[in-house]
Amino acid sequence: MDLFFSLALQILYGIANLALISLGLAIVFGMMRVINLAHGEFLMLGGYTVVVATNNGVNIWFAMLILAPLVVGIIGLIVERCLIQWLYGRMIDTLLATWGLSLLFIGIITSVFGASTSTVISPPLGAVTIGDYTSSGYELFLIFVVIVLLILVYLTLKFTSLGLVARATMQNADMAACLGISTSRIYMVTFSLGAAVSGLAGGLLAPITGVLPNIGVIYIAKAFITVISGGSAILAGTTSASVLLGGVNGIMSYVTGPTFGEVALLFTAIILLRLMPTGITGRFFRKSQ
Amino acid sequence: MRLYGTFSGTLVVAGLAIIFTLLAPSIFEFFTIITLTQVIGLSILALSLALVWGFGGILCFGQSAFFGIGAYAYSVAAVNIGGSTGAIFIAILAAAIFAAILGYFVFYGKVSDVYLAVITLTVSLILYSLMRRTSGPEYKIGKALLGGFNGTGSPPLNVPGNGSAMLFPMQTFYVSMAVLITAYVFTGWLVTTKFGRVCVSIRENDVRTELLGYDTRLYKLGLFSISAGIAGLGGVFFCIGVTRVTPDVFSLGQSALAIIWVIVGGRMTLIGPILATFVLYFLTSSLGSQQVFNANLVLGIILVIFVLLVPNGVVPTIAGWFERRRTKRYIRQKERRMKLRKHRATG
Amino acid sequence: MARREVVLETRNLSMHFGGVRAVDNVDFELREKELRCLIGPNGAGKSTFFKCLTGQLTPTSGDVVIRDIPMTGREPHAIAGLGVGIKTQVPNLFDGLSAYENLWLSARRWHGDKRASQLVKETIERLELGEIRSATVGSLAHGQRQMVELGMVVAAEPWLVLLDEPAAGMTDEETYKTAELVREINKTSALIVVEHDMNFIRAISDIVTLFHQGSIFMEDTMDVISADPRAREIYLGHKS
Repeated sequence: MDLFFSLALQILYGIANLALISLGLAIVFGMMRVINLAHGEFLMLGGYTVVVATNNGVNIWFAMLILAPLVVGIIGLIVERCLIQWLYGRMIDTLLATWGLSLLFIGIITSVFGASTSTVISPPLGAVTIGDYTSSGYELFLIFVVIVLLILVYLTLKFTSLGLVARATMQNADMAACLGISTSRIYMVTFSLGAAVSGLAGGLLAPITGVLPNIGVIYIAKAFITVISGGSAILAGTTSASVLLGGVNGIMSYVTGPTFGEVALLFTAIILLRLMPTGITGRFFRKSQ
Repeated sequence: MRLYGTFSGTLVVAGLAIIFTLLAPSIFEFFTIITLTQVIGLSILALSLALVWGFGGILCFGQSAFFGIGAYAYSVAAVNIGGSTGAIFIAILAAAIFAAILGYFVFYGKVSDVYLAVITLTVSLILYSLMRRTSGPEYKIGKALLGGFNGTGSPPLNVPGNGSAMLFPMQTFYVSMAVLITAYVFTGWLVTTKFGRVCVSIRENDVRTELLGYDTRLYKLGLFSISAGIAGLGGVFFCIGVTRVTPDVFSLGQSALAIIWVIVGGRMTLIGPILATFVLYFLTSSLGSQQVFNANLVLGIILVIFVLLVPNGVVPTIAGWFERRRTKRYIRQKERRMKLRKHRATG
Repeated sequence: MARREVVLETRNLSMHFGGVRAVDNVDFELREKELRCLIGPNGAGKSTFFKCLTGQLTPTSGDVVIRDIPMTGREPHAIAGLGVGIKTQVPNLFDGLSAYENLWLSARRWHGDKRASQLVKETIERLELGEIRSATVGSLAHGQRQMVELGMVVAAEPWLVLLDEPAAGMTDEETYKTAELVREINKTSALIVVEHDMNFIRAISDIVTLFHQGSIFMEDTMDVISADPRAREIYLGHKS
């Protein structure tokens, strides 16, 4: 029974992890059909923000929950104004330009902080025991945070005027413009919010993964695949894809080990895309957001 | 006479390349010549991507997957057979067949462009993950140990038929240049055939091509497999140049580099990406291992600038500039002639 | 006089989108070298029916049979591969290529290099496309693009031609030229033409099929149909 709970928790954490790293990318993709390949670097920058802040005496919770999203959100704003806004509608070009941006960020951070210094900070929560098995209290916390985040995004989209305007722009940008909505401003705000969420995610994960300049590369592959598999609906897509892919990864990792778990995740994504080329929500939950 | 974009243009470039090959040993240091073989391998990868993406319109993020398969297949086959010639053909076939299977899965399933790009990248990542885990004596094919993240050794070229007569580095350089030039001319020819023209039309308008009665899935599959074979060939010469193949051939970085070469060099040309590979390689290696202006920084800036400002790449932009000057001159001449005629008519 | 053989027929053809019956149990017959126009108000199902014939849509039920070969739900390239020329509602061309290359790709499907080049030359002369033969198709005016697309259809020497609104967006002169061209094509091929332009329809066809709410309402000459009060009601507001 304890093993079951421990395993279930592990798989749940895997799903939550995937959802956490993908949410920022999903927000941007769902709104603007922009695939930001520098997303992994947003996560990385969030992590570095937390590390630098805590090394300078800032409280870790403040750094993770307030500072990281703020800093990366502002970076996202600058990126959108300077680069992304010139490339709307050009999906492949956006892909390539953001890939360049990703290399640029890695390069800058390497220049400033050096390539091999992996700065580690310890998770601010200790272990939690369930019968014979110890689970990480911090992982439990992260699962909780992800759920709260998803609920927050849902509430924002459904019940705030920003959310309504955002959904309208997502569904029909031309019509929204005719109604006087500044789509350019919506895109700017959405991209920044997506970046902020990514910064938050990166900051929260910093104690677990450590921070290196190229840690974003690990994130981007998984996030990218999750978002594409999920389809264009932000919440339903991210959730359903995370559950499916994270679940497969978790189960396969338990059965055969972490590498084949990864391979199973990637394999599942390929089959998923073959069967549902527009992602899960493209096929099933057409009306969801 | 318009040379740009025609087969005669391809032959002219090939001729220049032959001259370069013959002159190279007198111009460059010996050490540079040795390094060139691996760069030639990389440029063949760029050529393959220019074919499938530039002409076919099929963006393949994971072209490095076929590059890596070619490299590994060559290394394993050469060790087992004891000679390089057969191994090269095995490598090309392995890459092409793998692509054919993957391509069948994708093209006959009518998956759209962006998702194809993702799937090929995913496959490359799977291979990267898998190959990294093959350390340990139980992971081998025949006599060749796969070696995990350290990879496996790649035997050098030998005289066909004589397994023990290895080629010297200078001879290997000549052979690899010959292969590059042949691949380049082949690709240039392919684009002018009916097959090539149909592939271009598929890029322009898939639906219309189908309505004309062409089975577009078959053409895309064919182009995809051929370009994978060429990429595999690139992998062969890359690992011969390095004398080793590691899982890094499948990495995200390698995939990104291939895309960058093609964008910088010019997507719609074949020579552009080849030249871009050489230039960028020597640019990044001259940056050395210093971390301030490191390779990522420079490549990142280049990629962003090119996508924003020079989306067609260097070669087409320069060619276009010459074209415009010629047209301006032509128009000016015509105007002059018309003025003269008017003058004569009234005077 | 012996009746000519049937070259295309549909039996109980239906196309449903969710609850909407765009095409509802249509039985249709076209004979050798016949020219048929499909008319009807917007939403009557003509274009949906057309797409079932070209293979762009797979019908929900029923059969499409071309020259006794069942072609229901086959891909467009298979149908075009039978020798059927297709022109879609929105001009569907290779915008980045020249008019010559567009025609060449069509002709080259059926012939070798030499014969294809010859056919293209002939088509260019016939359609008076000489001036624009090297122009990039994307830069041409709408009417010219339609002409190029007609040229593509003709260059393949099809025995059956399916045209969806060939006269749309054309000037009077271009419409006149197109009508002439269609009549000429009819000398060697059967044709199905979906159209709205009444003058154009009168200029080219014998029998006209009137679609209404997914089924065939009437099938007769244009004169009979325009005299029929129910048909006129269906077309309320349209010039006839």
